[in-house]
Amino acid sequence: MTVPLLRIRNLTKNFGGLTAVNDVSFDVHEGSIVGLIGPNGAGKTTVFNLVTGNYKASTGTIAFREKMLGGLRTHRIIRMGIARTFQNIRLFQQLSAVENVLAGRHCRTKAGPFAAMLRPPGQRREERASVAKAIAELEFVGLREQGMEMAKNLSYGNQRRLEIGRALATEPKLLILDEPAGGMNEQETDQLIDLIRKVRDRGITVLLIEHDMRLVMRACEKIVVLEDGKKIAEGPPEAIKRDPRVIEAYLGVEEEE
Amino acid sequence: MKRGLALAYLALALLLAAAAMFLNAYWVDVLNSVGLYALLALSLNLILGDAGLFNMGHAAFYAVGAYTAAIINTKYQVPILWALPASGLAAALFGGLVARPVIHLRGDYLLIVTIGMGEIVRIALVNDVFGLTGGPNGIFGISRPVVFGHKIHEPQDFFYLIWGFVALTVFLFHRLGQSRFGRALNYLREDEVAAEGSGVNTARYKLMAFVLGAAWAGMAGSIYAAKMTIISPESFSFWESVVLFMIVILGGSGSIPGVLLGAFLVVGLPEIFRGFATARMLVFGLVMMVMMVFRTQGILPWRAVRFKESDIVKAEAAQ
Repeated sequence: MTVPLLRIRNLTKNFGGLTAVNDVSFDVHEGSIVGLIGPNGAGKTTVFNLVTGNYKASTGTIAFREKMLGGLRTHRIIRMGIARTFQNIRLFQQLSAVENVLAGRHCRTKAGPFAAMLRPPGQRREERASVAKAIAELEFVGLREQGMEMAKNLSYGNQRRLEIGRALATEPKLLILDEPAGGMNEQETDQLIDLIRKVRDRGITVLLIEHDMRLVMRACEKIVVLEDGKKIAEGPPEAIKRDPRVIEAYLGVEEEE
Repeated sequence: MKRGLALAYLALALLLAAAAMFLNAYWVDVLNSVGLYALLALSLNLILGDAGLFNMGHAAFYAVGAYTAAIINTKYQVPILWALPASGLAAALFGGLVARPVIHLRGDYLLIVTIGMGEIVRIALVNDVFGLTGGPNGIFGISRPVVFGHKIHEPQDFFYLIWGFVALTVFLFHRLGQSRFGRALNYLREDEVAAEGSGVNTARYKLMAFVLGAAWAGMAGSIYAAKMTIISPESFSFWESVVLFMIVILGGSGSIPGVLLGAFLVVGLPEIFRGFATARMLVFGLVMMVMMVFRTQGILPWRAVRFKESDIVKAEAAQ
């Protein structure tokens, strides 16, 4: 078995008396699409926030390409090759779509304030390359035409795509998507599944949280199920669908609604 | 730079140059004040407007710059304009030092800390720290600047010095705004979590905004010292920081044309209406209130669109 891209071991996070994530372990292998599911409040987003350094783990380890992420600040983790989107879209609302994607180029470029003021050839070249790369990512997520639009003026589905574009601009090895289909209609979700597969075909591993079971079952090769902060199942979609604990904990809840 | 904006700057420059030739010394001096405040407000705008960090102690950086210039000029006879880089450096160093431990504070908390910082600097100057600042009387006998063997002392001479520096600042800050650095500050202002999550070292950029803003305020301070030839702590009171804050917010946070206009309105208008004596400040206060209720983004707000389709085509073609 090859070394996993992301290895999570015995991860625990306490918020005061509440244990949001409780002794969770799983692997994400390179080139796969992995889903993290579970009822609301199961601790899925907390796991993401631990991976990207927004929270510090109480105990347990996260290794990315065999390097420990514990204690690193978020921007360092992003530069190592993990990019993410947010559950409640966090775009730079007052900025254009291009400028949003350019944010992702930041960690791959280096011109500082003096270069900005004096504009030596290197700075100009870097700036041009950044813009071209940003445009290429906009094209990839299907927003080339909306490049000049302010982010807040985009439709909900397009805002989610723009966030993916911004994340891709950081040239990640692992892309973490937090409810990418949230607020999308059926057609938009279908397009999103295509997009996620296209991302994977670029050699980028995908880890996602999603409530839309159609998307999870169709797109993911492996699913990890959390309930009350604990991992209750892990496996391919078919096995997860039949797992009695998952049906009881997760699908059962949905039937009651 | 967009052509319309470039033309507006050119028109303003011509208008100012003509005004300096025809106005009497008093009004030229008013324009000089406007220019100095414009410089200071532009430097504050980097911190407050571009990066969204509430700094209401900007006068402290101004003071550090002015006192640095005054001390090295009077004690070591260094020509006052040569002190300009030293003033900028000293203020930058000071800015970095005081901002470092408080930079993680948000909004109103940072505001209060910077007010405290400004007051500490002023009180330190009054108390003659290290026996260098001359206490409440300040420092006098600062020599006049000399440019190409020409001694500058008329308001007209200072007009060209000050507004020349303003023009240079506008040019450089405009470039700054259109760059990786300027965008990083904007990301910070728009959403700090998303900025960090997109790979921007937010703590570092906050500090850089403070250091660069402080450096520019320090250089403005050294020009102020050269112009006045005497400086004292009362020139760097809390009120100065408040006025600068007002200029940025009123003119348009993050917008260079807005800040320039704000400097004219906040510093220039009260002079024009001096005939109305105390009533002018009342009207001024009322205008400020009305503005903040009906036009929160300022008079000339910052506009996001910095790229045109043609810029993108150019960038793609160059690849």
